Amino acid sequence: MLREVLAGVVAIVSKEAVQHQGITLTMEGIVNLQLSSKSVGVFEAFYNSVKPIQLITSNIEVVKQGKVPGGKTEIPFEFPLHTKGNKVLYETYHGVFVNIQYTLRCDMKRSLLAKDLSKTCEFMVHCLPQKAKLQPTPVDFTITPETLQNVRERSLLPKFLIRGHLDATNCVITKPLTGELVVESSDVAIKSIELQLVRVETCGCAEGYARDATEIQNIQIAEGDVCHSLPIPIYMVFPRLFTCPTLETINFKVEFEVNVVIVLHDEHLITENFPLKLCRA
Amino acid sequence: VAPVEFSDYHPLKSITVTDSKSRRGARKGSTSSSSSSSSSVAPDPLSSMLDGTDPLSMFAAASATTCTISSRREKEDEVGVDFEPWSSKRGEILARFTTTEKLSINLFMGSEKGKAPSLASSAVSEKVRTRLEELDDLEEGSQRELLNLSQQDYVNRIEELNQSLKEAWASDQKVKALKIVIQCSKLLSDTAVIQFYPSKFVLITDILDTFGRLVYERIWSMCSDPRPLPDSFTADEVNDTAKETCLNWFFKIASIRELIPRLYVEVALLKCNRFLTKCGIQETVPRLTAMIRGIGDPLVAVYARAYLCRIGMEVAPHLKDSLNKNFFDLLGTFRQIHGDSVQNQLVLQRVEIPVYLTLYSPAIHWILQCVSYRAPEALLTEMMERCKKLGNNALLLNSVMWAFRAEFIATRATDFIGMIKDCDEAGFPQHLLFGSLGRSLACADPPEAERLPILNEAWKVITKVRSPQDYINCAEIWVEFTCRHFTKREVNTVLSDIIKHMTPDRAFEDAYPQLQSVIRKILTYFHDFSVLFSMERFLPFMDMFQKDSVRVGVCLSIMDVFIKHQQEPTRDPVILNALLHVCKTMHDSVNALTLEDEKRSLALLINGFIRMVSFGRDFEQQLSFCVEARATFCNLEPVLVQLIHTVNQLAMETRRVMRGSHSRKTAAFVRACAAYSFITIPSLTSIFSRLNLYLLSGQVALANQCLSQADAFLKAAVSVLPEVPRSISIEGKLRSSEGFLLDFINNFLSALLVVPDHPEAGVLFLVRGLLNMVQDYTWEDNSDAKVHVYISALPLLAAMSQESYLYSIPKVDSNETLYGGDPKFLAEINKLCETLIGQVLDHLKTLGRDEVGRTMPSLLSTRPSSQTWLTFQTCSTASPCSPGPEDIDCIPFFLHISMCTGGIVSPCNCILCLVPTICQPVSWRALNVLIFIFQYFIWTS
Repeated sequence: MLREVLAGVVAIVSKEAVQHQGITLTMEGIVNLQLSSKSVGVFEAFYNSVKPIQLITSNIEVVKQGKVPGGKTEIPFEFPLHTKGNKVLYETYHGVFVNIQYTLRCDMKRSLLAKDLSKTCEFMVHCLPQKAKLQPTPVDFTITPETLQNVRERSLLPKFLIRGHLDATNCVITKPLTGELVVESSDVAIKSIELQLVRVETCGCAEGYARDATEIQNIQIAEGDVCHSLPIPIYMVFPRLFTCPTLETINFKVEFEVNVVIVLHDEHLITENFPLKLCRA
Repeated sequence: VAPVEFSDYHPLKSITVTDSKSRRGARKGSTSSSSSSSSSVAPDPLSSMLDGTDPLSMFAAASATTCTISSRREKEDEVGVDFEPWSSKRGEILARFTTTEKLSINLFMGSEKGKAPSLASSAVSEKVRTRLEELDDLEEGSQRELLNLSQQDYVNRIEELNQSLKEAWASDQKVKALKIVIQCSKLLSDTAVIQFYPSKFVLITDILDTFGRLVYERIWSMCSDPRPLPDSFTADEVNDTAKETCLNWFFKIASIRELIPRLYVEVALLKCNRFLTKCGIQETVPRLTAMIRGIGDPLVAVYARAYLCRIGMEVAPHLKDSLNKNFFDLLGTFRQIHGDSVQNQLVLQRVEIPVYLTLYSPAIHWILQCVSYRAPEALLTEMMERCKKLGNNALLLNSVMWAFRAEFIATRATDFIGMIKDCDEAGFPQHLLFGSLGRSLACADPPEAERLPILNEAWKVITKVRSPQDYINCAEIWVEFTCRHFTKREVNTVLSDIIKHMTPDRAFEDAYPQLQSVIRKILTYFHDFSVLFSMERFLPFMDMFQKDSVRVGVCLSIMDVFIKHQQEPTRDPVILNALLHVCKTMHDSVNALTLEDEKRSLALLINGFIRMVSFGRDFEQQLSFCVEARATFCNLEPVLVQLIHTVNQLAMETRRVMRGSHSRKTAAFVRACAAYSFITIPSLTSIFSRLNLYLLSGQVALANQCLSQADAFLKAAVSVLPEVPRSISIEGKLRSSEGFLLDFINNFLSALLVVPDHPEAGVLFLVRGLLNMVQDYTWEDNSDAKVHVYISALPLLAAMSQESYLYSIPKVDSNETLYGGDPKFLAEINKLCETLIGQVLDHLKTLGRDEVGRTMPSLLSTRPSSQTWLTFQTCSTASPCSPGPEDIDCIPFFLHISMCTGGIVSPCNCILCLVPTICQPVSWRALNVLIFIFQYFIWTS
């Protein structure tokens, strides 16, 4: 990443020649942290302290004050992606409470009579693939009324036995999440089985932290009363733009989890949670 | 902060963020994919990156520059013509699975217009606003449930959706197109009104097919620069934009929340995997196969499998393993069909188990057809074994018999019968099973020794089927097997069984198509009509066709077969009686409303039959048959004509047998024939048929020495002449009858040569009679026809005046012998000729008075024959005074006259009357001709 440059051209298209006071390019990488409305009351004091974290910034003047001739003018440029100090360039990510965004802004200053012109465009940063070969970490699971937590009246629960496995919880972001699930038995008919992909964003520092989970995607893998003791595939493609490699820094964290949600016909909802670790490979 | 409106049309938005903790509450309602869209979502900065355009439109724009390439058919070697295509099943399914119950469509799409824009903010650009509205429409708020649709309404709605899909695609609204497709496939998870489900499947997969094709073609067209991809392209030849677009589609589909739409849409786009990787399809199909396991409802699942197999066969027919996997998965989930959920649903919908089970047939048939297509014997055997192991397998058994190769079934027919017998009575209807078995056996032959036991076993079951409709459906199939391998005895038994079942309560009335098909099958195998009609139950079987149109249809098919296959004329009383009966039925169906064409085809068939009847030497029998036939077929004129011809032929045949000299008995017989014709002809309405038949019959009578009969015929013909209308209708068009009349008269005249005068009537009474009629006939105005007749009468008279006639009829004394060249006779002829020539010249005069140049040549040019011309040329070279070229038109005419009259009329006589008449009106040219004729006369005589 360090060796990479951001290159391109500034294109100016106009009918007539344009007088200007200089054209500049500004590159910026920022982490924006925001607190969810729920957390605001609790961490009001803390709220103010959440400031955008600047990862990279750079500014160059492309053209000195002068005149650009009519027609289309293209001015090539290149930015080396040098970080400030020991900061790391995180992968571009757009979440709800955490945003990592890289932008490039071009400004054309003009005389007092004319408005300054400005154009902003985002550029994406992807981490380099991990060098180390990823070892799959399969997870087996069994769900019965007894394994459930957070149940009010255990005796009212119908009997069921659901088994299954995930092929890996450390997933390559470009590869689907896979596994299998078997309904061995269930007293009450099953209405639906879904995979819920959840991202957990944590913003925090020494004073405290705010943790928010949001659903990104919900994929139904079974509909209706599926055949018992027949393995049903678990398969989910990670949506682009909404997922990124799991990220842990001092100030914030972006993590992902998958919930296997089983809805029974009597509206009982059974959820089994699996934290995931996403990476690029 | 990025503008709010951008995030609103992010393509993935509808499945975005919702607070997981609030899910439990939201869960209760629908499970729609857009349930979360109303939750408060922080503005998504990512969307700003998209620069206001969703990725779909971006690639659409990219591809808009390249024109779409018309659809192309991929010819896979592996699917041959022997694979019955889906298109042939479609109609069958739609026709078979219908309902009278009310249906409902639950859609999230609203009407495109008609909603007041809620966001009237001026800050929002026009484009953004319309996009927002469109999305609003597709939001939950516009969810529309169409209730109480009749089946036809439902079909129309689906067709509308199909149309709006195409429109949306054409107008670049890719997101909307996708939404339509998703909503449609969602309908397939709804099994309300379950009897209609197979048809619904057909309708909706049509939409999916359209969609799949559109996407494929769009991506394909993106790669057409610089030149179109070859049919057998690989992923390496696909450019990056196309790949990215394709990938985009797959990502979008992968994020569809609900299982069934996701599955169907992905299957619809299966072919697009070719753009991405070489083995994309190969990897995807097994995954999709496994994915279907998640569908709980067995009916929905089996149809999903059928769709996957169908697309799989189209796109990658070599992937047999996946097809097999589908089938084995189906077996694995087979017990679901008898599970509690299904039973509850059936009770709720009040659907019987046997009816429910038949809903599976089209899908399982299709899957098995794909699986068994060119499959090795071992695989088929394995599949059968696995079916066998499963309890309650009648449904599968049925499909196996339908879909597997007929030969495979036929060789194991006895096993199958055993299996069918073992099946649970309460489940799949047994008669359907036997029906399927019969279908296979109709195409392939079981081992010889097993045939009779098979038939016995099968019929034992079939005959017990109570419902007449079910019974006949099954029996009809087995008739083919019976006809194919057995004799009339067995077929007769089968027929009597059918009669026994179909007669009570007039059940046959509802089964005409099947009964007709029974007849057709019998006719295919039994071409020998003596065998056919010796089946006792055949005619009673025919009696079941009591609806006229059906009855006639059956008779037509019988006669068709008879005419095609009967080689030899027959006198078999059984055949004759039966066919006469059949023909009578056909004939009796003719009424005032019958079309001409129909009558013609009926008459053609009956004529064919009449021609095939021959009693050999027993002429009297033949005549009496004709009498009977005349009585039976009196309404069909062509048949009467045929009968007259037959009788005439009969008379001539008698003459041939008697070598020209009749005995007393045969003489009486031929007179009877003549009498037959004489009384039959007047009943014909067509005047020319009457005339021609009179003439023909007269000639036949003459040939058989029945002089008075011949006279009667010819007199009748002459007396009918005045009735000839001036115009007749031919093929619906009104035409002048003149040509026909002239032809007839010429023909008649030539026949008159040999007709001896009646001793009591005057000399040449027939010729005179004819000429009188011609004289009195109201010819067309300005027509030369009359003169033409006179001119053609001249050669006759000339021939009559000769010492020995050009031809004669053995044993009939013509006028030559009667008069023996009596001068009085010749004088009569001369007088007649003079009158005629006078008439002709009179006519010429009127012509001359009008426009000589115009009319005359047209009159003349009709007459000359090459021979006359030849004569003329020889003459003119010999003659010192040849006419100028400008007269050439007239000459043949005169020449003709002269040749006809030459040798009879004295030249002086002729010339004397010619000179004054021609000279005056005509002019010099005529005079020239006259001189020439004069010379000719002298020269020849």
